[in-house]
Amino acid sequence: MTDVTDVTDVTDTWRIWRKQTEVTEVTECFIDVDRLEKVFTVRKKTGFLKRERREVRAVDSITFSVARGEMVGYIGPNGAGKSTTIKMLTGILTPSGGRLRVAGIDPSRERTRLARRIGVVFGQRTTLWWDLPLIDSYRLMHRMYRIPDARYRENLDRCVELLEMEALLDVPVRQLSLGQRMRGDIAAALLHDPEVLYLDEPTIGLDVISKAKVREFLRELNAERGTTVLLTTHDLQDIEQLCSRVMVIDHGRLMYDGPLDGLHEAGESERTLVVDLERELPPIEAPPARVVRVEGPRQWLAFPASQSAAPLVARIAAEYPLVDLSVREPDIEAVIARMLHSLGDSPGAPRPPQERATA
Amino acid sequence: MGSVRLYAAVAVGGFRRYATYRAATAAGVFTNTVFGLILVYTYLALWDERPHLGGYDQAQAVTYVWLGQALLAALAIQGGGFESELMERIRTGEIAIDLYRPADLQLWWLANDLGRTLFQLLGRGVIPFVFGALVFPSALPRSPLTWLSFLVVVPLGAVVSFGIRYLVALSAFWLLDGKGMLQLLMITGVFCSGMTLPLNVFPGALGEVVRALPWSALLQLPADVLMGETDPLGAYVFAAAWAVVLLAAGRLLQSAATRRVVVQGG
Repeated sequence: MTDVTDVTDVTDTWRIWRKQTEVTEVTECFIDVDRLEKVFTVRKKTGFLKRERREVRAVDSITFSVARGEMVGYIGPNGAGKSTTIKMLTGILTPSGGRLRVAGIDPSRERTRLARRIGVVFGQRTTLWWDLPLIDSYRLMHRMYRIPDARYRENLDRCVELLEMEALLDVPVRQLSLGQRMRGDIAAALLHDPEVLYLDEPTIGLDVISKAKVREFLRELNAERGTTVLLTTHDLQDIEQLCSRVMVIDHGRLMYDGPLDGLHEAGESERTLVVDLERELPPIEAPPARVVRVEGPRQWLAFPASQSAAPLVARIAAEYPLVDLSVREPDIEAVIARMLHSLGDSPGAPRPPQERATA
Repeated sequence: MGSVRLYAAVAVGGFRRYATYRAATAAGVFTNTVFGLILVYTYLALWDERPHLGGYDQAQAVTYVWLGQALLAALAIQGGGFESELMERIRTGEIAIDLYRPADLQLWWLANDLGRTLFQLLGRGVIPFVFGALVFPSALPRSPLTWLSFLVVVPLGAVVSFGIRYLVALSAFWLLDGKGMLQLLMITGVFCSGMTLPLNVFPGALGEVVRALPWSALLQLPADVLMGETDPLGAYVFAAAWAVVLLAAGRLLQSAATRRVVVQGG
């Protein structure tokens, strides 16, 4: 008898807990992806008039959720399925399976309704009107998103000020530099106060100053407006400076979802300190850093990415005749590759695709 | 109301984009005028041999030529409107950006193309037409009502022209390379609109068929309306019917394209 009551108690508690999480999901969870799949059928010629149909799983049962106001890095090698996911999140591709909600909307069914609430920026493509002055594209956004006049002016003024675009508004887009055009595109995506912003390589090809401007702006946007940001990039610094959370995708599967530090740990990634000494010297001894290469007076030291470079630099400067130095960040592909590799080695971890496991 | 303002803004943008390139417009005006001169003398030679060919007298034949030159660019009779741009966007995957917007793809490009039509009608059409009317004997109407009907049938022709080119442009979703389709568009456009010779000239079944095709709304129909050779109401019905059919077909093709075809590129 007692056993039976215990069981009902447990199920009741469980039900209540379930209800609570459902309620919090409604308020907190902005992007909800559950076992999302996209399968493409590719026909391959195998002979005269003979064709073989093959299925490619571009996105393979991915599950994640993003809360309102989060800034998430979405990374992975080329062809991993990043763009396919974003295309499904924005509704221009229909999923083959699984469930997908953005702000409670099914994107592929109500693409136009959702489009009013999202902003999209492609580093390599432009939404701006190529032949016309920048301001013309903004006027078009004003009409397209039916932005109230006061709101439009306020947002435009803010973007123009923060992205330093006063002098650019009357310049035809084709005459803008890449960095200027990129800032122009980001402003265009934000005039209608989107609740979520999808950024695909927003800093690609930009110089250091333009990159810094763009990052600074995105940080402020997120802090002030609480805009949810999903960022796809190959630049690890974008992620480091903007995202508290990273999702790594490879071969259509979600391989990692958590803080950036965890990614470094999983990949045991290292930064490189390049040191120029006054003269040729035997390899520097400064554990845990280790010398990986020596070329005349120049030496390369690898140290864990999770550590600060400052004490290491101080120590070397104190003990060696230092002329110059620079720190190189691990590139994101290397970190991911190592992470995928280490996941493949450890039992119990999500199994990476065949090629990776055997490689 | 909101969408009217949006597509009006798109049309204004389409107009201004072409207005930006003044040297290109001037070159176009020059080309159309020279080409008009060549065609006028060819037609005059022909009409000298065969007076009243296709029911036109010499003055009508001359007016027909200059009208053709005025409408060539505006109604994109041999292509040269938005279609190559749209095809390029489909090929490179930039079309994705257009699809992210809360706007209808077909209406967007229609508005854009009508803006271009208006600019090219004014910027490239008026000068060759006026030049022709001043230098050669012409068969222009006196009645303002006829001019008015002409001003109704030309926009209808512009929509028909858009409808044809939109179908051609969307083929890029499947074919990817658009060169062949653009060439086909040019050849059919030049012949079937009556650009080579008025469609009235062609005898028998060929003439009947060509006059019933949508292209005849691009030049033959506006010319006949302007010169009082046809009932304007019938012309409206003909052009409007084709416009509806072509736009509906474009809409069907568009939903098939955006649903089934992968948007190119990462």
